[in-house]
Parts: sequence; C-alpha cells; structure tokens
Amino acid sequence: MILKGNAMKYGDDINTDVIIPGRYLNFVKPEELALHTMEDLDPDFFKTFTKGDVIVAGRNFGCGSSREQAAMCLKYAGVGAIVAKSFARIFYRNAINQGLPVIESSEAVDAIENEDELSIDFDKGLIKNVTKNLWFTMQPVPEFLRDIITAGGLVPWLREKSHS
Amino acid sequence: MASTIAEKILARASGKKEVKAGEIVDADIDLAMSHDNTALVSKIFKEMDKKNVWNSQRIVIVLDHQTPANTIKTAENHKLIREFVKKQNIKNLFDVGEGICHQILPEKGFVHPGMLIVGTDSHTTTYGAFGAFATGIGTTDMAAVWSTGKLWLKVPKTLGFDISGELSKYVMSKDVILYLISKIGADGANYKACEFYGDTIENMSIDSRMCISNQAMEAGAKAAIIPPDKKTLDYLKLRTKEPFELLYSDKDAEYEKTFDFDVTDTEPQVACPGKVDNAKPVSKVTGVKINQAVLGSCANGRLEDFAIAADILKDKTISKNVRMIVVPASRSVYLEAITKGYIEIFLKAGAVVVNPGCGPCLGLHQGVLADGECVISSTNRNFKGRMGAPGAEIYLGSPATVVASAVKGEITDPRDMML
Ligand code: SF4
Repeated sequence: MILKGNAMKYGDDINTDVIIPGRYLNFVKPEELALHTMEDLDPDFFKTFTKGDVIVAGRNFGCGSSREQAAMCLKYAGVGAIVAKSFARIFYRNAINQGLPVIESSEAVDAIENEDELSIDFDKGLIKNVTKNLWFTMQPVPEFLRDIITAGGLVPWLREKSHS
Repeated sequence: MASTIAEKILARASGKKEVKAGEIVDADIDLAMSHDNTALVSKIFKEMDKKNVWNSQRIVIVLDHQTPANTIKTAENHKLIREFVKKQNIKNLFDVGEGICHQILPEKGFVHPGMLIVGTDSHTTTYGAFGAFATGIGTTDMAAVWSTGKLWLKVPKTLGFDISGELSKYVMSKDVILYLISKIGADGANYKACEFYGDTIENMSIDSRMCISNQAMEAGAKAAIIPPDKKTLDYLKLRTKEPFELLYSDKDAEYEKTFDFDVTDTEPQVACPGKVDNAKPVSKVTGVKINQAVLGSCANGRLEDFAIAADILKDKTISKNVRMIVVPASRSVYLEAITKGYIEIFLKAGAVVVNPGCGPCLGLHQGVLADGECVISSTNRNFKGRMGAPGAEIYLGSPATVVASAVKGEITDPRDMML
C-alpha cells in the first residue's frame, strides 16, 4: 500500500473534543459527521484539505475521550493517514479499527512542514518527504494490526476471516 | 517471576501463569460497560454478523450522557438501545435518572478487585480504585467484545506513585491528582498502568480514590489501580456476594518508574483552560471572574464532594453573577444528599440541582456555555469546546474550590472560606 498526499501540520495533544465536538456525537451517518472534522481546532480545515492529505502532528494525538467518531470522521473526511510523534492509546486502537493508517515517527514529524508532499510506503515501512527528498522509517507494528488496516478496519477484517 | 497488579490481572484473564509488559495477550473480559454510545456499538455489532452477544450477564449499559433525551436524535438512540437490550436479554440496563456509569457500576456491586473491565468511555479507569484493571475502548472494540468476550491488549508497563503526607482542610484528592498530572503531563502515563499507594491514598475515602483513578486518565493512563484494602472490602461487603481474588504487586515487581510525592503542603489546584495538565496553585488564578460553577461528574459528583460543598455553602448565597449547577452522580447520591440536608443548602444558596447523569460535562445540555463565558467545574476535562462554545473558558477545580468560587463570583481559594 502506497499513499500520497500533502501534509497538514498540527501541534501536540490534539484532543478528541476538537477533532469532533460532543455536539455532533449523535450523528449516525459517518458522512455527516465528517463535515465537522476539526471544526473547533481549525475552522478552515476544509479550505485547504484535499482527499488523501496526511495529518502530521506532535505528541499524544487523539487524547481525551474514547469516542470512535474522532477516527471515523477523519477517515470519512478522506484523511489518508496520520503521522504523529505518538498517539493516545484509545485513539490509536480506534483508528486501526476504522482502517485509518496511524504511523509513529518523531523524526519524520520534525522534518515535515505544512503542505510538504509525502509518500508513504506501508510495506517497506517508509515515509518519504518528497518536497525535501528525505526518507524516514516508521515504528514497526505487529502484523495483525497492519492486516486490519489493509482490510479497511476491524469489521471488514473479521468478515474476511470468517469467509476464508 | 515478580509481577505488578496489572500483569497479574492480565495473566489471569488470558489464562497464563504470568505475562510481562510489552506482551500482547488475548484476554477474556469480565465486564463490558457502555453508555449512550451503545447505539453505535449495536450498529457495529450487527455488521459483525453475530446474532447474540457472548454473555448478556457481563454487559452493563447505563444511559447517562444525554438524559433525559434532549433532542429527537438522542431519543431515537435511547429507544434503539432499549429495544436492543430487550432482544438480547441484557438485564443490566440502568435507564434515565439512575446516574453516571462510573458511579453506578461500583455502587451496584459490579466492580470487584482483580477484574478485567472494559468500557466505551475513557474514564473507565475509575474502577481501578477497587483494584480492578479497567480501561476505555472504542465502539468497534466493544462490538468485538460483545461478539467474542475477548479483546487483544498489550500488557502495559506500570508507573508507581507513592503519595504521602496529610492534606490540609479543603484540599481534596482532586487537587492531588491535578497536581500530579501537571507534573507528568497529559501523556505522562500514555500506554501505562498507574498504581497509586502510600499513606495519603490509604487515608482517602473510596469517593476520593475514585476521583484519583478517574482523573488519572487525563495523563493517558490505561489503568489506574489502587491496591484494595479494608475500606475497599467494607464498601464491597454491602454490595456484592460474588467471590473475588485480591491481587497485589510483588515487592520486587518491575515498575517502569516510581514517583514520590509529598502532598503535605499542596495548595488547591486549578487546571487552566485548554489542557488538564495546565494546573496551577489556586493562588495564581484567584480573582478570575466566572459566569458558571459546576459541581458534579464522574470525577466529583459523589456524597463526599457534596458534603464539603454543603459545609462551605451553608448560610451563604451564590453570587448573583454566577449560575451554579449541581449534578448528583447517582440517584443514591441524590437521595442521601437530601437526607443529609445538602440539597436544601444548595437550593437555598441559589443553585440549580439537575437529575443524576453527566449534566453539562460534555457540553450538550443542562448548562451549555456561550462564547466568552467562563466556568469553574469539578468535571475532568477543560478542552476547547468541551462544555459548549469553543470560545468559553473552562477551569477545573475541586468541589471545594468550585463552591467557594461560586459564592465570590470569581476563582477563590476555598481555605479563605474558613475565616
Ligand atoms: S461525567 Fe463527563 S467525563 Fe464522566 S462519563 Fe459523563 S461525560 Fe464523561
């Protein structure tokens, strides 16, 4: 799986309340939820965002609530992947379960500026900053987690398993 | 080999003799809690093509976040949950007005030492106050638990917190934990199990301990365990007849790090807007004008919190510039607070008392804030937009600090109320 997109850079401790505020948790359709992605943090998010773009952030991305809608809205908004120095643990699990690639690499985050063009190769475990022509390796993840992401999330993964 | 409580519980739950931090285990879940987001869990559960949940006795559902329903969408979600629960023969549904999940589960005797509990709420760590390994998960993970009764978990490293010293009057466990979070940071315990011990913890009531285990999540804790003792057993004796095992860390167990905190001279703490780890001694923020004061939540809506609040508020009036909202954590807390006369004190002082539940904690109803307004709250999160408009400022403090501030109309050191 190779993914290409431009970086949208944020800081540390981006919490689930600003990714998707509580007032939208009642929305059942993911597409409706997605329209409010990052609303309280970056009201202009959709002005610059193009499908496939990669969110690049500092430490503890997704801290706070267990609301899976945070991972869900990012995925349905079309975010290609999230590269962060670290993730809050519940968000990390939720993102994998939603099939949203989450990648840890402090070095890559430090070397990426807003709007840099990125290319991420999951099989090789490499993040390329195309703009700056720099390569970084991602923290390895257990194979079964990679399989869940590739399958598109836990539900499709379980279905694949039960049908094979 | 020597193990921590967290390692022992996860070993037991995954049918192994022992496990070590870093290992990934497939664990049997003892108890699965979900709240209003059960609607979403049940939707995902259906997509998993399973007809029935793995064990209807081990599932507890509490409607607390938006209760009574405040919009048609909420009402529809609640309706869907009630229908699902009936169909699946889940007996443990606590409907509108019973209280917050994190109060109901211990209060009704579901939580025992040594259990592995998961909940679709980050503050599930609260049950660690009884020596359980309890952690928050998302809705898809919960649907998987409902299907199989199992969940993969990485055995976390443990951080030890030795807390010693006597707290002065009107300094509460909330102040201790806010102080600690400010020292280790919002991700200081991410992916880690925390264990809290020492004479300060031993001397704390169950209510105080629950606040510690609850609020520890704001440092990222995966579990926040307090070793069970006589107080734990006395609490449980009244609530459950089920057997349980008392587990303790071995003396030479491996902690990633241990911290020593002497809290003797700790001042009341206030977490300033935006980040929970942004706590300062109250003296640094006194005088900040407030429009609202909130006493309640799964962190601090318990009887002990109300007792201290009533002690400070007795024969006083809330500032005319402040709306004070009181939310009991459960129906039992509410009833006891009536019996003890606390509710009368709150009402006479000018507070609004709403039904047990989450109240205004997550910015949906019962006291939503407008842009430019300022609140002091005994809840556990002060993120931007958490309690309403993104431009509202949220300060977090102990119940004592909240009511003292409500009386003065500005952030106030509760110890000034002793004069
Ligand atoms: S009181 Fe607040 S923090 Fe606690 S469960 Fe309810 S919404 Fe969550």
